Amino acid sequence: MEHKNSHRGCITGKNIVLVGNPNVGKSVFFNYLTGRYVDVANFPGTTSNVICGRCGDDAITDTPGIYGISSFNEEEKITRDIVLHGDILVNIVDAVHLERDLFLTQQLIDTGLPVLVVLNMMDEALQQGIKVDLKALRELLGVPVLSTVAVDGKGMDKLKEAICQAKVGRVLPLVEEKLAELPTHIARSEKLLILEGDSLVAARNGLAPGVYREQIYGARRRFINEVIALSVRETSRQEVWNAVLGRWMIQPITGIPLLALTLWGLYLLIGVFVAQTVVGFTEEVLMGQYYEPTVRAVVGHFVSPDSTVSQILVGHFGVITMTVTYLFGLLFPLVLGFNLVLAVLEDTGYLPRIATLLDRVLMSFGLNGQAVIPLVLGFGCVTMALMSTRLLATDRERRIATIILALTIPCSAQLAIIASMLAGLGADFAVVYALIIISVFVIGGTLLNRLIPGQSSSLWIDLPPLRLPRISNVLKKSWGKSSEFIKEAAPLFALGTLCLGLLDISGSLGKIENALKPLTVYWLGLPKEAASGFIMGVIRREFGTAGLFSFPMGDVQKLVALTTITLFVPCIASAMVIYKERGWKEGTAIWVGVICIAFFIGGVINQLLHFFSNNLSSAFPLMMLAGTILLAMVAMLGFSVRGEK
Amino acid sequence: MTLDKCTRGQKLKITSIPDDVVRAQAIRFGIAEGTIITCEEVVPAGPVVLGMFKQQIAIGRQLAKSIAVQPINL
Repeated sequence: MEHKNSHRGCITGKNIVLVGNPNVGKSVFFNYLTGRYVDVANFPGTTSNVICGRCGDDAITDTPGIYGISSFNEEEKITRDIVLHGDILVNIVDAVHLERDLFLTQQLIDTGLPVLVVLNMMDEALQQGIKVDLKALRELLGVPVLSTVAVDGKGMDKLKEAICQAKVGRVLPLVEEKLAELPTHIARSEKLLILEGDSLVAARNGLAPGVYREQIYGARRRFINEVIALSVRETSRQEVWNAVLGRWMIQPITGIPLLALTLWGLYLLIGVFVAQTVVGFTEEVLMGQYYEPTVRAVVGHFVSPDSTVSQILVGHFGVITMTVTYLFGLLFPLVLGFNLVLAVLEDTGYLPRIATLLDRVLMSFGLNGQAVIPLVLGFGCVTMALMSTRLLATDRERRIATIILALTIPCSAQLAIIASMLAGLGADFAVVYALIIISVFVIGGTLLNRLIPGQSSSLWIDLPPLRLPRISNVLKKSWGKSSEFIKEAAPLFALGTLCLGLLDISGSLGKIENALKPLTVYWLGLPKEAASGFIMGVIRREFGTAGLFSFPMGDVQKLVALTTITLFVPCIASAMVIYKERGWKEGTAIWVGVICIAFFIGGVINQLLHFFSNNLSSAFPLMMLAGTILLAMVAMLGFSVRGEK
Repeated sequence: MTLDKCTRGQKLKITSIPDDVVRAQAIRFGIAEGTIITCEEVVPAGPVVLGMFKQQIAIGRQLAKSIAVQPINL
């Protein structure tokens, strides 16, 4: 690699790869270099897809966080191939966790590619009494080292210049020695991975994987420990507030109340404040009293109110009335609220601690604590959560998590509408609804664990330091995600309402509604218009939920409708991800299975409630229902435990 | 003894990590046979939290059962 014109400006047309351990701030660097926004969070696995951008003539690639490059999981494989084809590796390192992060640094140096090391989070290191001798580090590693506090922009001005100075570092003598054993035509960087026993890279080059992994890893570890001994000084080591809080978060006695308190706070914020106060204003006042009448008047000016065009634009399923009101009056405030909350949870480092706390519980569903991350993300957006199932270690866990996500986890937009509906129904309905969904989750998870063959992996998760959320980061992230949501959802929703409007005007909707009567009216006990809600639900889940409440229903009907639509199919976007991740066969099975289960459970709830109120002349059909669900859950779990023995 | 039996605050030396993949993953975090770690936390029936330098790692109980350690008296 020669840098002929590196004295001035940047070398051009290079492929620059950002590499680092999870949660070290790669995405902030990516944002800085390319000006594009990607997620910045405080837990492993935020960048699950590879993101590319441009900086001048150079291509910048952001990679998923990893602890080493090899073939241990999907993220490593992706990152490995990007790294092997890079021209310059920018290795971002967490200054607080050098003994962990420098292992990857040395592995990158051993590939023989030019490397720049960026020591990020220098402020936190100083706070914790860690002093790093940059000069010693540069000499020991043989590559330039830059120190930064990326979130505050400190040191970032030197980044582009430093990238030009990236160079090939000091390769471990053991690696140099073993490299000679391989044929010369193989790419230098691939050689390292072959030596380390990476079977995929070896097979690509028609060779047997090397047997030196243990030896090389050992030598690398010893070298890095030496580097740290020579370049890092710890001045103090005191127990700080976050160590105590961190302990409380993972011990069940304090952790469960803390989690419950957090969830309660979230409910108050989202379910009460945003879903009722804010949406009450935006949907009813802003949209209902100002926007819609204005639009109707304007349209009425040009076309007669009875014409087809007017029907499509501002009628019952009006493309510019219903679409806009739902999107901006209802969904946007709710989605923004949820994303704010999720951003705070992510930024503080609370999520991995919830994973540790709930590890034991999730093990009975064949998952480990790590699955908390996709499950919690699912409450934000199921599509995003499905993608993050990739960070689970085994295929079995990915399969279980995918099914649970598709079936039981409502996404933020949907949850928000559900929360506001439940608030209108009263506490008893809310409790029964929660009980139904939780029991489906528990029974489903337990059965999946029993029925799906194979072995799940154990938890191994890095607990990042707790920190106060950074307001600018939180705001930027939630705003970015929410506007992304609107951009993605708006055309789909407009298309959906247009289809419904056309079906309605042509009279086909009535035919479909009549055809589905046995299902909606007799089995679920809903008005026949519910069919249109389910059709909308396929386009996007929350539209289905919103669509279901565009006509009047009784309390019991609302409960049945909510249950069914919660369990009902994921939206088109997430269905695509399911197909992509699980293959078309399993994808179709999951899809059909979820629809059947949703209608089955919704119907059972309806039939049971009618049975209780008609035959037993009971005054409390809801309580009877709750009792039945609990009994079913206990019976199912008992059966499952017996089956295990 | 095995890692799941340790108590909070104990200093331990790792004596064996039998699983190949786990061993390779552990060494990246700086945990190898012979490494000295602190047991920072034991969640009842749940994971064990190890500390070394400034990092904390939560390890599932099943995995902790397979890792052999030796208590160190300081």
